[in-house]
Amino acid sequence: MITVDSLTKTYGGFTAVDDVTFTARPGRVTGFLGPNGAGKSTTMRVMVGLTPATSGGVTVCGRQFRDLPNPGLEVGVLLDASAQHAGRTGREILTVAQRTMGLPSSRVDEIIDLVSLTPSEADRRVRNYSLGMRQRLGIATALLGQPEVLILDEPANGLDPAGIRWMRDLLRGYANQGATVLLSSHLLHEIEVIADDLVVIGNGRIVAQGAKSDLLATADTLVRTTDVTALSQALAASGIGFSASAATGSDDALRVEADTDLVGKVALEARIQLRELRPAEGAGLEEMFLELTADTQRETITEGAAA
Amino acid sequence: MSTITAAPATTTARVERREPRPIPFTRLLSVELRKCFDTRAGFWLMASIGIASLLATGAVLLWAPDSELTYSTFATAIGFPMAIILPMVAVLSVTSEWSQRSGLTTFTLVPHRSRAIAAKAGVTVGISVVSMLIAMAIGAVGTVVGSAILGIAPVWDAGFVDLANIVLAQVLGMLVGFMLGVVIRNSSAAIVAYFVYSFALTAITEVLAATQDWFSNLQPWVDFNYAQGALFNGSLNGEQWANLAVTGVVWLVAPMAFGLWSLMRSEVK
Repeated sequence: MITVDSLTKTYGGFTAVDDVTFTARPGRVTGFLGPNGAGKSTTMRVMVGLTPATSGGVTVCGRQFRDLPNPGLEVGVLLDASAQHAGRTGREILTVAQRTMGLPSSRVDEIIDLVSLTPSEADRRVRNYSLGMRQRLGIATALLGQPEVLILDEPANGLDPAGIRWMRDLLRGYANQGATVLLSSHLLHEIEVIADDLVVIGNGRIVAQGAKSDLLATADTLVRTTDVTALSQALAASGIGFSASAATGSDDALRVEADTDLVGKVALEARIQLRELRPAEGAGLEEMFLELTADTQRETITEGAAA
Repeated sequence: MSTITAAPATTTARVERREPRPIPFTRLLSVELRKCFDTRAGFWLMASIGIASLLATGAVLLWAPDSELTYSTFATAIGFPMAIILPMVAVLSVTSEWSQRSGLTTFTLVPHRSRAIAAKAGVTVGISVVSMLIAMAIGAVGTVVGSAILGIAPVWDAGFVDLANIVLAQVLGMLVGFMLGVVIRNSSAAIVAYFVYSFALTAITEVLAATQDWFSNLQPWVDFNYAQGALFNGSLNGEQWANLAVTGVVWLVAPMAFGLWSLMRSEVK
């Protein structure tokens, strides 16, 4: 359980994190989303005590992070896979962490095996590691103490497709065993596949949060007809919003901002033949993300920015 | 996970975790000691303590006049490389956490930064004392060998107090390096600062003292390097101890306190 309570962090006149409140719950994977510079990493650094909060605070496992007696056994943290002493071997970095936590030395070999680093890779110095290998090493450090809370900043960064799949299964397994998993990413597809809950942040403020199924749900209807023009006129006459939909791959479909009953009734009254009438699929995470963070995006995106 | 169960069921089946025991300070000391040796740079820096002692001893045996093949000559010769190497060990033990960014892991595993830094300080002082004991042992071997070559009795002209003062001087030098590491938190800048602090500054104050009367009277009370110099020249009188204490507070304790204060509040990136 991670509880972020009215967290604010300012740098001089710049507010990096602005009154952020959310909870990452046990047994669930919480995806933490936002454009570059939205305040994700700052929030995560405050969680683990590396950055002092200006006001508000964070509790992990019910306490302030600094009050955890042996944090490595309770909270697994990966903030930046490149933040390692380049002159140490991967095995040595894990050994230092293992000794700090007071774990048996056999745990180092177990974890090297778990993250699929070969023994010879583990004995290489980190300056010779690829980004993907550093990422695996960082994940290994986070998982070393078998923590019940995971805080991972961009863990999929630099992993190959098999690695991303492996990590997804791993985090799912952790959450299913009751762990709290908080991960940030801008690989939206990854988050969409794995997350149970979403927290979306833009310019330091939370713009949306909740269960993924709720956030992505929609009441829209997809309708296909032989006479798009007539249906458009009928819908417009009834004051119902709609737009052309490319969802079916042809130009005979409309996405209508009403439920299927109402669209069917309008078509019946206007005596328009329909080919298909069904609830529209939920908006993709990408659409939702772009829409919610439209005000805070660096690039101006015309389509999709409904607001 | 072989059985098919819904997520909530497995959640409730989860075993209650036991409260972990706090990390003992001795464990932090052993981890920090390990971190001084576990990189190539660190290993050779530590090895260079022994190597430099041997080289200095060899140099005295080869080039010192026969009349000066005494223990104090060896001790002084070995002291020079130590005065450079030991502060570097101290500087790097602190600054590498920032320059190499390993602090992200160190300070999440040990969120009470004061404990991690105290462990580093403990290891630093321990290394300087042990290094000096090794250096003195090597110097003693040099004295015995040198006198054997000359066919004379070895001259033990440095007593316990002299040696203790030299160890104290080296520990102070190492703490200066540690202080600069804590204040600056960047490897190259802190190393440069150390050389400015203990060599460039010494040269400047010497010139100043030689040319300005008012400064030469004041120097013992304001120049930390000058006050430390007395430690290498036998036992100190009361005033010299007072000089050392006053300048030490100004040049070591006060900046160290400021550095620690800012380190505890700084952001680790």
